Amino acid sequence: MPLRKKWCMMWGIAAGVVLLWAGQGRAIDRSDAPETVTIGLLAELYDPVEFNHTAHIEMVECSDCHHHTVGTVTKRWNCIKCHDNPQEGDTVGCSDCHPLDRFGSRYLATLDNPELYHKEKPGLKGAFHLNCVGCHQEQGGPTGCEDCHTMNETGEKRFNAGPYTPAR
Amino acid sequence: MLSLKTAKAAGDFDHYPDSMGVLVDVNRCVGCRSCEAACNKEQGLPEPEKPFNDYSVFDEGHEGGGHGGVGRRTDETRYTVVNKYEVPEIDHPLYRKSQCNHCLEPACLTSCFVNAYTKTPEGAVIYNPDVCVGCRTCMIACPFYVPAFKYSSAFSPRVMKCIFCYDTRLKEGRPPACVEACPQEAMTFGKRFDLLEIGRKRIRQHPDKYVNHIYGEKEAGGTAWMYLSPVEFGEVGFDVHVPHEPVINFVRDFLSIVPMVLVIWPALFAGFHLLANRKDAQHNHDDIDREGGE
Ligand code: SF4
Ligand code: SF4
Repeated sequence: MPLRKKWCMMWGIAAGVVLLWAGQGRAIDRSDAPETVTIGLLAELYDPVEFNHTAHIEMVECSDCHHHTVGTVTKRWNCIKCHDNPQEGDTVGCSDCHPLDRFGSRYLATLDNPELYHKEKPGLKGAFHLNCVGCHQEQGGPTGCEDCHTMNETGEKRFNAGPYTPAR
Repeated sequence: MLSLKTAKAAGDFDHYPDSMGVLVDVNRCVGCRSCEAACNKEQGLPEPEKPFNDYSVFDEGHEGGGHGGVGRRTDETRYTVVNKYEVPEIDHPLYRKSQCNHCLEPACLTSCFVNAYTKTPEGAVIYNPDVCVGCRTCMIACPFYVPAFKYSSAFSPRVMKCIFCYDTRLKEGRPPACVEACPQEAMTFGKRFDLLEIGRKRIRQHPDKYVNHIYGEKEAGGTAWMYLSPVEFGEVGFDVHVPHEPVINFVRDFLSIVPMVLVIWPALFAGFHLLANRKDAQHNHDDIDREGGE
């Protein structure tokens, strides 16, 4: 794929996962949250995931996924040290903080800044999976790859699956 | 001559302060095999026996059970494999990816008589198939059993092992295909120096989740690919007896013997010959004695 097209696709995907709320007040009201979020980050290999945001709101605290950005205090002791009085952020989408190209040289160069504290921030894909799979493991939610992701043809080629299963 | 040259080349390696590495966190890996699939396509390796989303492969290589089974190994058809480990202290299985560890002072390189291997400033251990004579010394020298061979014809042996995606990615500053494919960010790609810092921080912040050791910080004299684990490394298939000294130090001693052996070989051979004959003579003598005694 030409680089330009790839970049366009990546930005398109990034834009897709950005959730914009024009919320008022200190903490975002749950009723303002979107019902579903389409996540197309792995669109190369799998169909986009229709994330049921409403269902998850019923089960977990906002801060379990959004940390301090929606104006609620997180439970993590290490975060509270600085973020003890969080304000609602301008944007609360995962991709606003978690980089798409976590291991690209451009992002890696930013880690050389000696003042930077959040050096270990996972990339977007890592942030999704570490949080989702981690919680699903603890709470007994689905954890298999294809429980959430439907493989497309490129995926089947990559994994030698479906019609591309090796003949034996 | 040979030993001097090799030793000098090996001594230069730690002058790559910005070399890259990967920190593999066994805590994070979920055994999805996305890394194996990505590697297979990136490196143009042969079609696998089973699809990469077939998890029955985790039962392979454990025949005999217990810790005797090492799981699957990397070979000329797969530069990386993920194995599954059940450990008593954790209620879910653990998974561990393995591949060439891209040693700082690679035994494969130092043992190679024709200098087929190179450690690049970026951190990769690569090889030149054109000069390789297929002697397999590197295969024996590697403490992690990594180099494998493909013989497409008797005269073109080819080392087959992970090259850190050097020519397609690393040399352009991009992470290897497996790292990019991993959904769990179980692999952190970065400067080796920074990875050690990250590893120590994870251990410090979550002492309940990690044993206090970064495998590869010292093993085999240090490796570019390093590991964090929630349980003792021996429990998840690591060889915990790999010496911390670079293998070059042993190889250097060995290589210094080589010229000497060559010089004294005729004398040694004559000696063996004499000894063998003497033994034969002794045998005959014993036989005669025994017969005589009966
Ligand atoms: S792991 Fe083995 S093949 Fe890889 S660099 Fe080290 S000695 Fe060489
Ligand atoms: S892609 Fe990542 S999580 Fe999946 S098996 Fe490989 S290392 Fe583990």
